[in-house]
Amino acid sequence: MAGLSRTALATIVLLGLLAVLPPIFVWTGNAFYVDLATRLVILGIAATSLNLILGYGGLISFGHAAFLGIGAYGVGIPAYHAIFGGFPAVASFNGFFQVLLSTGVAALFALITGAICLRTKGVYFIMITMAFAQMVYYFFVSLSTYGADDGLVINMRSEVPLIDLNAPLQLYYLCFASLVAAMLIVRTIVNSRFGMVLQGAKGNPERMVSMGYNIFRYRLTAYVISGAMAGYAGALLGNFTTFISPDMMDWTRSGELMFMVILGGAATTLGPVMGATLFIVLEEVLQIVLDWLEPVAEPAYTALTGRDLQLEVYWHLPFGIVLILVVLFVRGGLMGLIRGRRD
Amino acid sequence: MDIALLVLQTLNGLQLGLLLFLVASGLTLVFGILDFVNLAHGALYMLGAFVCASLTLATGSFLLAVLLALPITGAAGYVIERVVARNLYQRDHLDQVLATFGLILVIDTLVHILWGPEGMAVPLPDILEGQLRVGENFVLPVYRLVIIGTGLAVAAGLYWLVNFTRLGMLIRAGASNRRMVSALGVDINTLFTFVFALGAMLAGLAGMLIAPITEASIGMGNNIIITAFVVIIVGGIGSMKGAFVGALLIGLIDTLGRSFLDSFFELFMSTAAAETSAPAVSAMLIYIIMAAVLAVRPQGLFPPKVR
Amino acid sequence: MKRTLATLLAASMLSSPAWAEDVKIGFVTTLSTGGAVIGNQMKNAVDLAMEHLGGEAGGHTLEVIFGDDQFAPEAGKQATDKLVKQDDVDFVTGYIWSNVLLASRNSVVNADKFLISANAGPSQMAGVLCHPNFFSTSWQNDQTPMAMGEVLNQLGVQSLYVMAPNYAAGNDMVAGVERTFAGEIVGKDLTKWGADAQLDFSAELAKARTSGAEAIFVFYPGPAAGAFARQYDQLGLADELPLYSVFTVDAISLPRLQEAGFEAVIGSRTTQQWDPTLDNAANKRFVDDYKATYGNYPSYYAAQSYDAIMLIASAVEAVDGDMEDKDAVREALRAAEFDSVRGEFRFGPNHLPIQDFYLREVIVDEDGVWTTKVVQTVFEDHQDSYAEQCNM
Repeated sequence: MAGLSRTALATIVLLGLLAVLPPIFVWTGNAFYVDLATRLVILGIAATSLNLILGYGGLISFGHAAFLGIGAYGVGIPAYHAIFGGFPAVASFNGFFQVLLSTGVAALFALITGAICLRTKGVYFIMITMAFAQMVYYFFVSLSTYGADDGLVINMRSEVPLIDLNAPLQLYYLCFASLVAAMLIVRTIVNSRFGMVLQGAKGNPERMVSMGYNIFRYRLTAYVISGAMAGYAGALLGNFTTFISPDMMDWTRSGELMFMVILGGAATTLGPVMGATLFIVLEEVLQIVLDWLEPVAEPAYTALTGRDLQLEVYWHLPFGIVLILVVLFVRGGLMGLIRGRRD
Repeated sequence: MDIALLVLQTLNGLQLGLLLFLVASGLTLVFGILDFVNLAHGALYMLGAFVCASLTLATGSFLLAVLLALPITGAAGYVIERVVARNLYQRDHLDQVLATFGLILVIDTLVHILWGPEGMAVPLPDILEGQLRVGENFVLPVYRLVIIGTGLAVAAGLYWLVNFTRLGMLIRAGASNRRMVSALGVDINTLFTFVFALGAMLAGLAGMLIAPITEASIGMGNNIIITAFVVIIVGGIGSMKGAFVGALLIGLIDTLGRSFLDSFFELFMSTAAAETSAPAVSAMLIYIIMAAVLAVRPQGLFPPKVR
Repeated sequence: MKRTLATLLAASMLSSPAWAEDVKIGFVTTLSTGGAVIGNQMKNAVDLAMEHLGGEAGGHTLEVIFGDDQFAPEAGKQATDKLVKQDDVDFVTGYIWSNVLLASRNSVVNADKFLISANAGPSQMAGVLCHPNFFSTSWQNDQTPMAMGEVLNQLGVQSLYVMAPNYAAGNDMVAGVERTFAGEIVGKDLTKWGADAQLDFSAELAKARTSGAEAIFVFYPGPAAGAFARQYDQLGLADELPLYSVFTVDAISLPRLQEAGFEAVIGSRTTQQWDPTLDNAANKRFVDDYKATYGNYPSYYAAQSYDAIMLIASAVEAVDGDMEDKDAVREALRAAEFDSVRGEFRFGPNHLPIQDFYLREVIVDEDGVWTTKVVQTVFEDHQDSYAEQCNM
């Protein structure tokens, strides 16, 4: 393999596929797979943002879904008021305003909670980030104006110049371009002096402190950047699903984002996207495979229990097993496999 | 305010707190000694409930079912320790969180396959179905008192086990100095397996105790595990005393919040707004407490002295 | 990596639009989590309906594709999207939960497909969010508790404590009983719902007892019903605070309550628009065959799902399988020319049924199985209160 490293090749292949497949899905009459690809790309952005603090910074945030949710409500709430009146300060369909609101509130939330969370270490950090996410979850559960537990239907997508977000492919390419931008931003940050300090603090915080760096400030800055990026991903998610609910912020969602990062390979540029891809593909493929297996397994099951078998609803079982096996046996995630054992 | 109601709700809070203690004690034991974050602890709680429910229906006796189900959940803990957990003791917390997250999916789905989706009701002996009545308004189901009693007995038992037995000494020593325990000629792996199985039995017991009230249902563990983590974080991870105090605190706050927050809110907002926001705010309350505690004491209320 | 994506591509080709069936029906219900206890009954009823139809309507084959909402609006919407976009179904039906139906509405009607609720009846869908392509074979949420409020008035109950889960249907149920109940509502609790629903009601029931109410009205469907009935019983409330419930003591919870021996529920009363004892040929066939096939009584969830499939079949037959002529399909649905298990069936202007509501009592049948029977007709030809808000 002269010239290109295997990592670079993987990047080209994955991003290339993500760039060309969606129109093919549309032409072959599989519009649903454009939806899957959009979800994948949005989750890829969120995972990329998490990777900045989790992978490079060593800060295991178990509450990242909160930023995603805040971002989504940052689209939903202005749209709601623009349609049904009230709260004129935010009522708007303007995409720029909504994105500003989403990322701004997410960044502010990151700043406040980060300042508290970063005082703790280890498992306390994991749990306090989760606690703040649960608070946001219950906060939105309590807002009956915006549907509380039932969630909020977004009747109008954001209005942005030149792009019609109601057209699935245009929305997709906006998300895809955002993903590439997010990857570049994280890469630039990581390779800067700021990124070096952040990574240095992960391995040996005492040394960085003795070198005169205030690592708390560096970490907090990274935490805010990461939160804002996830908020942006949330704004895209709200436009994509046109339905938002507190469920998006449940702790299991935060766990899934962590999984994507680890599955793909933490502290690598492509890893989180790889992880998001595997996550989405696995979810679909397992259901399809189980559906195929159903006729094989059904006679025995019915004979045994007298019940009908709905095998594909059990897809969480093989999914969980795969997750455990990956953690146990695949160090460094998929990117570790691609790069080989040398590093 | 009605005094009888206040006492009643305090007892209800105490009961919830002791149930939380059963779950949290196992969690803190495993975390404190093995340095292992076990998200799947809640799945063992659910497993205990289902096994006990099936055995109650099969044997006709709730008590017998509990006695049989305890070793079964212990065995489940043993298997999980051998197959998954053991390989992760040397890894960082992140890997442990992720692997046990996978375990939750596996156990939840297995229970769904084995027991079906509908959950199971657990009948109690008639003697436990009655109520304790004092005056007109003070009525408490006897069974809630049984949970309080069991919780206190287990707490006392754990206190004795950790502080006054050779096993407890080993457990305490194992937490602070693994090599020394090995030097004493004790197989540290066996000790760890035992601790893990004990934690599983504690979680399972909590599930068995709650099943006659809420039924055994899929996903029941996922609600309580997060609350149990809040408990041990507030109390200080690895501290049995912290788990006890934290559990009672959280149990009382949650129950009293659910009981009185809406009347409190009505003082300064409309009734309708109070009715919808009170449940959510009372659910949020325990996380607010936790964040407040950590902001002031980043190691929790009772940080263990060692490590 | 390339291989996984290739798998996805291959899979997408394999599951691309089928050609064998003339008419496809998507059925969204809860097949995992505790809510599956209802979903499985609905699925059974759909299978039975398909068997009775011989899998076809007017010579056109019908295919039902199930989607799992996982008891959550977001997942329900995703399942709906998949049925609409991937499977290209002609009708989407099912829906236990009001919040799932509200979340999924646009995905179906904006694609110009037909949406038929087999259970959920949120007030919005009956009123401001009504749509020419939306129909219901159940009821509007408020109606059943309205009937219960009427029953409470007849019994002379003066004060009431109210408990329900805090979600779209819970709010409607409370609104419904408030609409007709003439006495005073002295206390109200709305509890957390969903896959992580609150199931321990110790604090709420203690409040209810000390509130001084004469009776308690609750709505705890499906997975929560057994837990509620149990704790009510354990507190010995039956003598002090009689229980009046909707969608709680039913064919879903009764088998479990019987298994655990909670005799206290026998004799308790609920309101409903359907009952296994309703005397008409379609219902007799449905109930008998359901019991023969699945070994237990069907619930109203099952009955409404059966009706939904029969309604769709009648429309397919009426338009001779031409799914492209949406107006004709809509007219055929509106005509409702099918033998409903609740006897006569007709739609109001907002496409919700106008129907009778009955008071039912829990009894022990001749085989010793706990079930319900009709005691009294509370409302005749009742129309929901939101129909006038519907402009279409």
